[in-house]
Amino acid sequence: MSQKQNIQLPEGGLGKQTTTLNLGPTHPATHGVFQNILEMDGERIVDAVPTIGFIHRAFEKIAERRPYYQITPLTDRLNYCSSPINNMGWHMTVEKLIGAKLPKRVEYLRIIIMELARIADHLVCNSVIGVDTGAFTGFIYVFEFREKIYEIFEEVCGSRLTTNIGRIGGFERNFSDLSFQRINQFLKDFPKAMKEFETLFNRNRIFMERTMGVGGIEASRALNYGFTGPNLRATGIDYDIRTAHPYSSYEDFDFSIPVGTTGDVYDRFLVRNEEIWQSVRLIQQAMDKIKGLDPSIFHADLPDFYLPEKEDVYTKMEALIYHFKIVMGETDLPVGEVYNSIEGGNGELGFYLISDGGRTPYRLHFRRPCFIYYQAYPEIVKGSMLSDAVVTMSSLNLIAGEIDA
Amino acid sequence: MTNEQIKQQLIDKFGDLVYHFEEPYGMLTFETATDNNLKVLTFLHDDAQMGFHFLNDLTAVHYPDNKDKELAVVYMLQNITLGLRIRFKVFVPIDKPDVFTATSVFATANWLEREAYDFFGINFVGHPNLIRIMNVEEMDYFPLRKEYKLEEQTRTDKDDDMFGR
Repeated sequence: MSQKQNIQLPEGGLGKQTTTLNLGPTHPATHGVFQNILEMDGERIVDAVPTIGFIHRAFEKIAERRPYYQITPLTDRLNYCSSPINNMGWHMTVEKLIGAKLPKRVEYLRIIIMELARIADHLVCNSVIGVDTGAFTGFIYVFEFREKIYEIFEEVCGSRLTTNIGRIGGFERNFSDLSFQRINQFLKDFPKAMKEFETLFNRNRIFMERTMGVGGIEASRALNYGFTGPNLRATGIDYDIRTAHPYSSYEDFDFSIPVGTTGDVYDRFLVRNEEIWQSVRLIQQAMDKIKGLDPSIFHADLPDFYLPEKEDVYTKMEALIYHFKIVMGETDLPVGEVYNSIEGGNGELGFYLISDGGRTPYRLHFRRPCFIYYQAYPEIVKGSMLSDAVVTMSSLNLIAGEIDA
Repeated sequence: MTNEQIKQQLIDKFGDLVYHFEEPYGMLTFETATDNNLKVLTFLHDDAQMGFHFLNDLTAVHYPDNKDKELAVVYMLQNITLGLRIRFKVFVPIDKPDVFTATSVFATANWLEREAYDFFGINFVGHPNLIRIMNVEEMDYFPLRKEYKLEEQTRTDKDDDMFGR
């Protein structure tokens, strides 16, 4: 037998004290396609290198060749846990560019849809924190209500996950009676389940031990890293676009912004839970507010941008002209640059749009909250255990679609 | 603090190096000299009155017809306490797209700059890890530049003159 070794150790390999571990790209704990190359010393993490881009779809490039109204479906696929918020954000960006003023009823209806989407988003995140800490029950309790929310979306726009809901200037159709019934039913049933969910977790000794002091970040670091949304608020900074830069008439509503103190997993969990309650409050208020308004209004009077009724296109000359102009991109758009942001499920979702007057954007940049705060992940998990890194990842609510765009 | 006051302070501090002040849709926008970007960022971040501690966004834009100023790097900052946002730009030539990195002031800039490098080829001088972030390492071009058309170049059935871009 030859003396030659068949195992080639790297230079200085025997002296290496740490182990390299690949967490992802396809790993049940990552909840999405992204990779973390962890350097482990026993079960402690010494270093982490996140790799992203596995589902990059070049939305910014595609958007440069699409008319404005065809970009909405692209935004669906950013944070696919709360697509309606992204859709509305895009509509509002274009409305800001063209200087459109929307009727109150449309804005309130939008708030109902956006807050429902926020509840769905937070439910996924929080119940999955439970799953990752070994408590599967909560997940089962609340996922029924995520389904109910999707049924509402289905009734309003016809689809569930990638919704493409609404149009520039309003909604594609008015809300049906059934959709209002479903919203009311949801408002009636959901608080009970949410209470149950909170009873299971909030003061649960095992859950608290498992999440408190894990994955924490200081307020100043979080701000320097560009954290937004519940993850920033968990550190104690009350920055919420809904109050800092109100849009869609959020200023008409009475709601509060929950904040945490330590910015750890437990605080993020509590902040999200409280935000769900605030969203329920917002939906209730919006439902009350639309009662006094003309129920036939569901879009603004924007003939240059909002497609006319199909029946009118066949029977009225003017509607035909507008229809043609919108579809063929003959409508004049203002030249300018506009930045519009909304409070998405994960934080500040911004749209930086440069228009040169053409039918498509000259440049469109998505400020994706996930992409920006994911870079803090190595700093957060350094020195913690592997199982803590997993629960930190789920508490940051990393959505691969939003990271990669 | 209003946009007007910020503008005045910037002019007092930097003189001719800040110019082209505008206010599109209410957001103060200006340009600065290419090698002055880090000074402006540091001033806006560190000055007690300014307090722009939050980098909202950083991205790049390609203007192929802008001779010697083809690429723009756009910074968007926010003073969270006052809810004030401002935006500024630096222009660089496409043959030598060197800009100082903002990573020393904002940790946010790390990946955003990598993204701008990946898609536009902007060379952020001093960046700790300037490698591609979305695309594969082997890629040898910068896809978001305007010379790369989205659709297959052999197609002749789509006439841009008739149907807009």
